[in-house]
Amino acid sequence: MRHFLKVTIFSLLMIGFFAGFSNFGIPEIKPAPPPVIEPLDLTAMTPERFVSLGEKLFKGKGTCTLCHNAVGGRAPLLEQSALIAGERLADSRYQGSAADAQAYLVESLLEPSAYVVAGFGKAGSGDTVSPMPSARAGSIGLSDVEVDAIVAYLQDLAGVEVTVAIPSGAEPETSDQETPDAPPRAALASADEVLARFACVACHKVSGEGGELGPDLSRIGATRDAAYLRRAILDPAAEVAEGYPPIMPMTYSGEMYAGELQLLVQYLASQR
Amino acid sequence: MNSTQLPVAIVKGVLGACRSRTVLLVAGLASVLLWLGVPTELLAAVTGSPPAAASTALDGGLSGIAAPELTAADYPSIRGVNARVAVWLVAQLHLWFAAFVLAVPIFVFIIEAIGMKTRDKRYDDMAYEFIKISITAYSLTAILGGLLLFSLIVFYPDLFSYLSRIFGESMFYYALAFFAESAALYLYYYGWHWLQGGFRKWLHLTVGLVLNAVGTTLMFLANGWVTFMMSPAGVDPAGLFAGDAWTAMHNYLWNPINLHRFIANIAYGGSIVGAYAAFRFLSATRPEERAHYDWMGYNANFVAILALLPLPFAGYYLAAEIYAYSQQMGITLMGGIFAWLFIIQAVLIGTLFLSANYYLWCGMGRSDGAARYHCYIKYLAIAIIGSFLVWFTPHTLVLTNEELKALGGPYHKYLGPLGIMPAKNTAVNIMILATAVSFLFYRRSNRIATVSWVKAGNAAQLALYTAGIANLLFLGIYHGYFTNTVYKVAASIPQVMTTLIIIVVSITLDSLMYRGAREVAPLNWGRVPNRAQYALFLLAVAFTWLMGLMGYIRSGIRQHWHVTDVFRDASPDAYTPTLGYAANVVSVGTIAFMVLVIFVFWLSQVSGRRTPSEGFWKGAAG
Repeated sequence: MRHFLKVTIFSLLMIGFFAGFSNFGIPEIKPAPPPVIEPLDLTAMTPERFVSLGEKLFKGKGTCTLCHNAVGGRAPLLEQSALIAGERLADSRYQGSAADAQAYLVESLLEPSAYVVAGFGKAGSGDTVSPMPSARAGSIGLSDVEVDAIVAYLQDLAGVEVTVAIPSGAEPETSDQETPDAPPRAALASADEVLARFACVACHKVSGEGGELGPDLSRIGATRDAAYLRRAILDPAAEVAEGYPPIMPMTYSGEMYAGELQLLVQYLASQR
Repeated sequence: MNSTQLPVAIVKGVLGACRSRTVLLVAGLASVLLWLGVPTELLAAVTGSPPAAASTALDGGLSGIAAPELTAADYPSIRGVNARVAVWLVAQLHLWFAAFVLAVPIFVFIIEAIGMKTRDKRYDDMAYEFIKISITAYSLTAILGGLLLFSLIVFYPDLFSYLSRIFGESMFYYALAFFAESAALYLYYYGWHWLQGGFRKWLHLTVGLVLNAVGTTLMFLANGWVTFMMSPAGVDPAGLFAGDAWTAMHNYLWNPINLHRFIANIAYGGSIVGAYAAFRFLSATRPEERAHYDWMGYNANFVAILALLPLPFAGYYLAAEIYAYSQQMGITLMGGIFAWLFIIQAVLIGTLFLSANYYLWCGMGRSDGAARYHCYIKYLAIAIIGSFLVWFTPHTLVLTNEELKALGGPYHKYLGPLGIMPAKNTAVNIMILATAVSFLFYRRSNRIATVSWVKAGNAAQLALYTAGIANLLFLGIYHGYFTNTVYKVAASIPQVMTTLIIIVVSITLDSLMYRGAREVAPLNWGRVPNRAQYALFLLAVAFTWLMGLMGYIRSGIRQHWHVTDVFRDASPDAYTPTLGYAANVVSVGTIAFMVLVIFVFWLSQVSGRRTPSEGFWKGAAG
């Protein structure tokens, strides 16, 4: 009985030591709760919000930072990825079918083996097979819109123009991301409403009426294409029209819904 | 012809047809596999051709099984019972007992075979005592298995329904195999003294082989279900299961888990039996009893160490396959929220190696001839503790801002790589080699080699270990400091090969050197300090706790999925518990297991006791 007690106490002490070390000997890390699937209201999407959504997806649901981080060295860093996408397309090792930088970025998320950065391929594959799964497959399961949001984020991160079409569909998608806290305003339905809400005519002439602080937009469609107009609204400082002061607000990318931007660009492009 | 003679006559008739003993063993194994209905799948795996059952299963409508999308309301609850903890504990207890009762017959079979070969009855007696312990544990395993089944049906009905739709066929075979397992085990145990001598002994050994074949098949079947949940196979991109039972079972992680569990079970079984022997040694009052249980404890520890040595390699193989299956899962396992678990694991592995070696060092006291090697023990202890500290070094240190600033980053320039795999691979390989050296010293403790080439042999041994350790260090430093992260794990295979070659060559060389060696001092069984027995207890406790911990991580890396990426866990317990919480559950489970094991040990003793009952029975003398 004496040995039985001694052995029991010894065993309990050892179990207590293992449990104690696990509780107090290492930092307590509380794992993140499972992602909650919530509807993503695309009608309230602005370019800024879209980039912001991309960043959340990049760091959250997309699990990109699991490998693309400065600590592990397990996958290339992506700060410059949108900037050097053109170089990748021209590389002889490129196996994909993308025609431009944006398509390359989308392809790199969905078919990562199209181009494998040297030193990051699966062992034994000679850098022809990427260990990265498709961002659309498995537990990541990004939708097309979410893939575009990540591409928009990568473009923004690299400081290049965000060329991804900002979704403006009325159908809500699902995403593991949080929705904005404040309820969004209703989307404007016509170009006239957009012009009025954002007070464009305070500075610009449209259809012959309006201010003169900015260029006359009455026939702007004859000299500028939709891409230029889009960039001029979202990033006015990128190219300021000669003879006019750089006073146009930089806030439209965060305020104007993607659908509204589309309406405005289409309207202006049609003014010839 | 009485009831005993009839089966003997039948057996003799069958044996008459089997002139070769080897044929008998192989035939026994094949007959069980045929009877189980498994061979079409196994043969398919061997021949590479698709099993006939596959098309049948597909025609039978297995294709297109969709995982249900559940909500928290779909999970039944019982007031006062946490469903996850209940299933967790029951599953873990079932696994501990299952590991024990599957492992013991494996080394009992080997010990019985050694006894037959050497005609040393001590081995046969020891094998019988081992199997006697496991026979009671077998009932508990079955009871806990039933409890696990009911727990799953009660708390996770949709998950069980989904899995049974995919694995119904193999579940049926599993139940049948359980009958075969029981029959073989009872015949093996109860027939031990009946099937003695000549062909009867061969028949008994064959029953042992059949028992192990069925037991291993059972484990492989259950492993198929578990690994499907980790790395599902046969699932299309839309999440529909479109394969058959074999496709689902033969998933990516099935074989790595099969191998890892097979080896770990043997080590675990050895440690539990060692604890039994230790307890009996401490309780023994007569010298011959102490000698017997000392010898039994030594053999159990030998079994545990023998299986412990290749276990890290099987672990690497499993981890590498997890990475190959899903880099995300691999990083979650090793570099994500579970990374700190491996520091706890390092403490446990260090405990296992230290206690196993300590037992060997204490055991050298059985012979006065061992004094020659005492001066080397401290170097072995330094090597093991040093290796343990390297393994113990975490990859990411928790630092204050000032410390970060002083260090210039989260990692030290030179010591930082000690936290990554090349350093840990190097450490564990050196730990294994130190254990091999301990074993060689123990083997030599009571003998002196008499061959003419002793000096050359010793020099060769020294050169072998020196060159091997230098190679391990070179590989560890090169891959730790000079290669890209993706290729750091590449050190493991050449390191494993180096270690295995050293062990095999040195033991072979030593065996040749000590052939016909002269005994300098007798090996006195029973002359070992009591504290050595506590090392055996520590081995058993640490193994049990470690198995529980690794069970948590194996299941935990699925995170909020019942079946990875296919079937989402929507229960209120879908979150991953913290390491501290998991450690507490594992500790409770370990204590419950130990209580049950002590009960089993006690039962195995109480069956042999007799209490005089004079005057109680009518007309009996007492």
